[in-house]
Amino acid sequence: MSHEATHDGHDDHGPAKGLMRWVTTTNHKDIGTLYLLFALVMFFIGGAMAMVIRAELFQPGLQVVDPQFFNSMTTVHALVMIFGAVMPAFTGLANWLIPMQIGAPDMALPRMNNFSFWILPFAFSLLLSTFFMEGGGPAGGWTIYPPLSLQMGDGFPFMIFAIHLAGISSIMGSINVVVTILNMRAPGMTLMKMPLFVWTWLITAYLLIATMPVLAGAVTMLLTDKFAATSFFSAAGGGDPVMYQHIFWFFGHPEVYILILPAFGIVSAIVPTFARKPLFGYSSMVYATASIAFLSFIVWAHHMFTVGMPVVGELFFMYATMMIAVPTGVKVFNWVSTMWKGSMTFETPMLFAIGFIMMFTLGGFSGLMLAIAPADFQYHDTYFVVAHFHYVLVTGAIYSIMAAAYYWLPKWTGNMYDETLGKWHFWISTISVNVLFFPQHFLGLAGMPRRIPDYAVQFADWNMISSIGGFVFGLSQLMFVVVIYKAIKGGKKATDQVWEGATGLEFEQLSSPPPYHSFNEAPVIK
Amino acid sequence: MRAFKNWLVAVVGATGLSAGSAFADYALNMREGVTATSQANYEIHMIIFWVCVAIGIVVFGAMIYSMIAHRKSKGAVAAQFHESTLMEIVWTVIPIVILISMAIPATKTLLAMEDTSNADMTIKVTGVQWKWKYDYVDGAAEGVSIISSLHPDHNEARLLKTGQTTESLRAQFGDQYLLDVDNPLVIPTGQKIRFLLTAADVIHAWWVPDLGWKKDAIPGFVNEAWTKVDKPGVYRGQCAELCGKDHGFMPIVVVAKDPADYAKWVESQKGAAADAAAAADRVWMKDELIAKGEKVYNTNCAACHQANGAGLPGAFPAIAGSAIANGAAAAHVDTVMNGRAGTAMAAYKSILNDVDMAAVLTFQRNSWGNSGSVIQPADIKAVR
Repeated sequence: MSHEATHDGHDDHGPAKGLMRWVTTTNHKDIGTLYLLFALVMFFIGGAMAMVIRAELFQPGLQVVDPQFFNSMTTVHALVMIFGAVMPAFTGLANWLIPMQIGAPDMALPRMNNFSFWILPFAFSLLLSTFFMEGGGPAGGWTIYPPLSLQMGDGFPFMIFAIHLAGISSIMGSINVVVTILNMRAPGMTLMKMPLFVWTWLITAYLLIATMPVLAGAVTMLLTDKFAATSFFSAAGGGDPVMYQHIFWFFGHPEVYILILPAFGIVSAIVPTFARKPLFGYSSMVYATASIAFLSFIVWAHHMFTVGMPVVGELFFMYATMMIAVPTGVKVFNWVSTMWKGSMTFETPMLFAIGFIMMFTLGGFSGLMLAIAPADFQYHDTYFVVAHFHYVLVTGAIYSIMAAAYYWLPKWTGNMYDETLGKWHFWISTISVNVLFFPQHFLGLAGMPRRIPDYAVQFADWNMISSIGGFVFGLSQLMFVVVIYKAIKGGKKATDQVWEGATGLEFEQLSSPPPYHSFNEAPVIK
Repeated sequence: MRAFKNWLVAVVGATGLSAGSAFADYALNMREGVTATSQANYEIHMIIFWVCVAIGIVVFGAMIYSMIAHRKSKGAVAAQFHESTLMEIVWTVIPIVILISMAIPATKTLLAMEDTSNADMTIKVTGVQWKWKYDYVDGAAEGVSIISSLHPDHNEARLLKTGQTTESLRAQFGDQYLLDVDNPLVIPTGQKIRFLLTAADVIHAWWVPDLGWKKDAIPGFVNEAWTKVDKPGVYRGQCAELCGKDHGFMPIVVVAKDPADYAKWVESQKGAAADAAAAADRVWMKDELIAKGEKVYNTNCAACHQANGAGLPGAFPAIAGSAIANGAAAAHVDTVMNGRAGTAMAAYKSILNDVDMAAVLTFQRNSWGNSGSVIQPADIKAVR
């Protein structure tokens, strides 16, 4: 075959060489890899901050850091983990998987794809650079409530611009996902045949497009309050500090589901594979996801029960919040029914997926408790809340990302990962993460507020146990890095199907690893 | 629950992590508290907890059974069923029924909690970085005003790298580390007390677990809440909304006294107020003002501007050597009385009385090498 014929026929060139490949790439697989590696780096940066927090809370008294720095650790830990680790990891998975799962050659808008990734390193450099400025890093909580957040030093505008940039990146990534899914499905890939990961990401993308501009508006108003003498959120100038909280949580609650809906999609892919049985209730899963997304827009003020709303408002937000338990329950019941009478094996992805279902459900239970408004007047802003959202975000969102990494790593690299090490990673993580977060329920109920660097001695015992769990959990994540590194370097070759029970275009019609450009010709969907 | 608690304590104790006598500290559950609200909240917390336990047993039970029975290594062959409309309806309807049955008691409790009508007396609570101010708006103690800050001994113990450990703090403060104040809020038992909550600078939240609620204190807003304590005692809590550097160091102590003791306390407060008024009318010696001012400074100013007046670069300006503390009295008085808009500097007009204000200003103007004028209580009174 002549060179010209090849070129004419499919344009099947490989990646460019060297560093510029990664800077200029428009390939969805390269960009997916970049996103995932970026998320991994951020996971360790945010994790290091968590280690500082747990070290200071190891025992009462101040031993390690001063209170202001402690506050900046809790604040930036959250910002880095949410906007730097979990969201980019999901976007990385979307980049890798959506084109392969719907039979598309690439994302619809490849140059924008490159741009939306390369904004992120700049956004987070800006955010982290504030630690070296007068006044230090942001320390008013990741929710950046005024008036407290306006007391920040020189780093304030840098933090705001970092959030703007991360938001722009998310919006562009989401537009890309929506356009790709709606326009580039292979013939025969109807919406109701799409894998659930694609469905959940489609809905997530709409949530992002709807809410990120709201966040951008809120933080821009903070910026003008600080520098342009406006008074959007200052009562002294006729503004309203509570209005900020309403606007923030109108973004913030859908954001919570942005962090969990793709996880539902991942688990819905993994459980059927290892149960060797089709997903139970596919269409009800789709409708449940859409219901959760809708409800996410009408529950925001349950983060604000103690802010002094009219009682009618409190009742509305309590009822609406309780309703979320229904579609979420449907999902859990469907997963259990998928496992029921299956033929299960427990490779690492399945372990993480089952860990997800159980511990996410625990987080769901504490969420249901928090929804009960009168009881929330005790729970609110305590370690009970900290325990709740770490169960849904660490053992929820992050467990699903790890499950996905183990599940698709052989497909991406062509090599099986180290199963023994993977299982060690799962078990050590799962034991330590419960030692870390479960006692925090007790601390919160016993009366320990969140975001404090020092505490009364009656909270000492559980805090020490929690810290020990935290250190073990943090260190055990290094195993994850080793597993990934080894799988990229080599190892047992994966088959094209990878897993005995795996279904879907990426496992049925593509090699492991897939060619640099896959599905240049649309696959046939049965 | 008790059996579970004993079991858990035994397990944890056996791991050798506990500090011997510390068993009682492994608290697991919400406090029942001492008010109707806190007890109602405790009850509803326990109901929803047991509902979750019951659902958890069913869901996790099915999962665990399936993981044991339906594994490939046991020769399980996968069934191929993958939908059932009936099941979907069942597990949609049952949770809705459970939720409605939960919503009814929750609504009742919430409505009772938010009903601040028919109060016997009213106390205004103002959150200030990082202390609480209590003003008795009506009743026998009308006009009494209390500034409540972290107790100075605790304030010293909580400084960075002072070598404190759990044991040393327990030995010195028992269970009250960071939960003690210089001047507690005193309330009478058996009366419905309405609280009006607001703040001077940033958002705080006033929370005493034994009373059963917390409520945000927001600058420019007035929130309402109420309590009625029947049992005399000391009830402790903390600020529950991140309010800056020393958020963890603004405790709340409520002392509930029976009506006779409360009346005595009110008398003593009125006497103290009269003394303070008399003190404000006389001319003070410079040394007297500086000595008093140092105490006021350490409670109110040192957290930001530091005990040596050097401030924290980038965050809180130095007072030592500053133009304001060495310059004209009027500008200095204005800064401390009215605060600085757009910065962390709060207005102390309503926090410090004339004597304390004059004393702290004089102290600042004559310490750390500063050489400013003496400010008398009468000067403050004149500009109020």
